Amino acid sequence: MNSFEFKDRTLVLTDELTISNAEAFIKFVSANLSDIRQNTKFSIDAEDLKTIDSAGVAAIDQVIDSLKKFSIETKVINASEKVENSLTAFSSLELSEKEFRKPAKLGYIENLGNMGFNLLDNIKYFIYLAADMLFWGVAGLFSKKGQRKGEFIIQSNLIGVNALPIVGLISFLIGFILSLQSAQQLRNFGANIFIVDLIAISMTREMGPLMTAIILAGRSGSSIASEIATMKISEELDALKTMALNPIKYVVLPKLYAMTISMPLLTIFADIIGIAGGFLIGITYLKLSPTAFVDRMANVMVLKDIITSIVKSFVFAWLITIVGVFFGLRAKGGAGGVGRATTGSVVTAIFMVIVADAVLGLLFY
Amino acid sequence: MENIIEVKDLITEYDGLRILDGITLDIKENEVFIILGGSGCGKTTLLKHIIGLLKPVSGSIKVFDKEVVGIEEEDLDDILMKCGVLFQNGALLNSLSVRDNVAIPLEQHSNLERKLINRIIETKLNLVELANAMYLSTSELSGGMKKRAALARAIALDPQILFCDEPSAGLDPITSKAIDDLLLQLKRQLNMTIVVVTHELASIHRIADRIVFLDQGKALFVGTLEEALNSDIKEIQEFFTVGRFE
Ligand SMILES: Nc1ncnc2c1ncn2[C@@H]1O[C@H](COP(=O)(O)OP(=O)(O)OP(=O)(O)O)[C@@H](O)[C@H]1O
Ligand SMILES: [Mg+2]
Repeated sequence: MNSFEFKDRTLVLTDELTISNAEAFIKFVSANLSDIRQNTKFSIDAEDLKTIDSAGVAAIDQVIDSLKKFSIETKVINASEKVENSLTAFSSLELSEKEFRKPAKLGYIENLGNMGFNLLDNIKYFIYLAADMLFWGVAGLFSKKGQRKGEFIIQSNLIGVNALPIVGLISFLIGFILSLQSAQQLRNFGANIFIVDLIAISMTREMGPLMTAIILAGRSGSSIASEIATMKISEELDALKTMALNPIKYVVLPKLYAMTISMPLLTIFADIIGIAGGFLIGITYLKLSPTAFVDRMANVMVLKDIITSIVKSFVFAWLITIVGVFFGLRAKGGAGGVGRATTGSVVTAIFMVIVADAVLGLLFY
Repeated sequence: MENIIEVKDLITEYDGLRILDGITLDIKENEVFIILGGSGCGKTTLLKHIIGLLKPVSGSIKVFDKEVVGIEEEDLDDILMKCGVLFQNGALLNSLSVRDNVAIPLEQHSNLERKLINRIIETKLNLVELANAMYLSTSELSGGMKKRAALARAIALDPQILFCDEPSAGLDPITSKAIDDLLLQLKRQLNMTIVVVTHELASIHRIADRIVFLDQGKALFVGTLEEALNSDIKEIQEFFTVGRFE
């Protein structure tokens, strides 16, 4: 049964008009629109209406407003005092005439321009930030003031020690697979022993630092970005500033130092484990003797390979940290902002690591 | 009047740390019930237990005559559909605009068309005097504006019970009074039952029907505002006199 009916140009409401039947009420009015339009006055009889909630009031107001467009004046009649009060309390009649402050919609060109300016702004900020971090990174070595005590150890544990298993596993697999794929070809030429050159040089110069950097960008770069972004959004960084603490010194330096120490060590670890993966293939699949493998390695590896490995790892460590901090500090909005900062930091860090790897590869060729 | 919420011998702990130690109280239909007590005494904790977000160690909580302790998720949802909750920190979804926050319950739990929903959102935001901030993103609001936006979201569906955790904290006295007036209006026009945690004396005088005073895990006092003002319990006398402007 419907709680409304149409009698003598009057819509009679009974019982209730609430969120459960507000929609039906509006539909009912539009269904009877042709009848209603025959007169310039329209009444809604609320005598038997016992309950009305804010959705019901909104529905009546919507009817009043839309009938106004046909120059029909709508009146609610015979309403009890309580219903009458609700109608005024939750009225939205004057509201719809108010213009709400809407966000400015930008045109295509404007958006493009904004993007350009934002990019420039970001580049500028990135360079400032890098300089800032470089400065405090060096200055912080000489003065421990304003740094959080014990944090370096905690961060080194998180960034370095905890990453050992995953870095080890991935390097081993990379060394193993790399050797296995090449072994077939080398065996065709009877050049088995060259597996040593291949794996030693590719692991130390390329795969070791690169894989470690990619793992740490995903593991630690993202956590740096999300942690700092959360601190930024919840005003924790502002709180630090008001306590006369420099967020870079207090929050970032321990992470920067931990990255600077952990990355080269992890890279050397990755080099060794990767070569071990090659060693396994060498002595099993290619039937080299262990001594031949080790002898050959002593001959082909030069100091430069190891230096390349370490230099690259330093550069990657700083890139990942700076990118992480950059995205953290630039985060805005709420939870979504933290998500965007994290994604941005990982993608950008990996991209920059690979670009830097190419540049360094050319330099150290 | 009937009891809409009944709490009996409620004992709650966080990681073994006892917070509420045997609370018993009733909240009657269509009244404004105030939860009082010092900071950190467990007011928010009590609220979260009543709405089933936390599980007590023991005791019973009945809302709309249904036991909430140990209730199935879906049955709890049925109860929560009829409740609106304003959290102490607002708990707005940060990635959405003010409008979209208020729209969540309307879009998810009603079958109204968009035009009507918009009208309801406008009304509700206007009631908390935030219509102008409708399209701002949540992170662009001030502390008090967040509170008010969250209140608009809590009353979006005209709940039968409205829980407010410090609705007027961080608001100026005038806006604070406007919020109180709104709560009274909701009580009167929509027969809402309203449970409020607040410390504002002025606000308590304006809206309170009955009060519980929590102290050291116990309900030191449950009764009407009148009774509280004439109480000879030292802590309560102190509460009502210390804050008074002489
Ligand atoms: N998630 C939690 N884990 C552990 N302890 C908590 C947690 N939330 C609150 N507590 C503890 O429970 C006690 C009561 O907290 P609650 O938030 O209920 O206080 P409150 O009365 O609402 O205080 P306020 O007026 O400051 O909001 C506090 O001592 C607090 O330390
Ligand atoms: Mg609280």
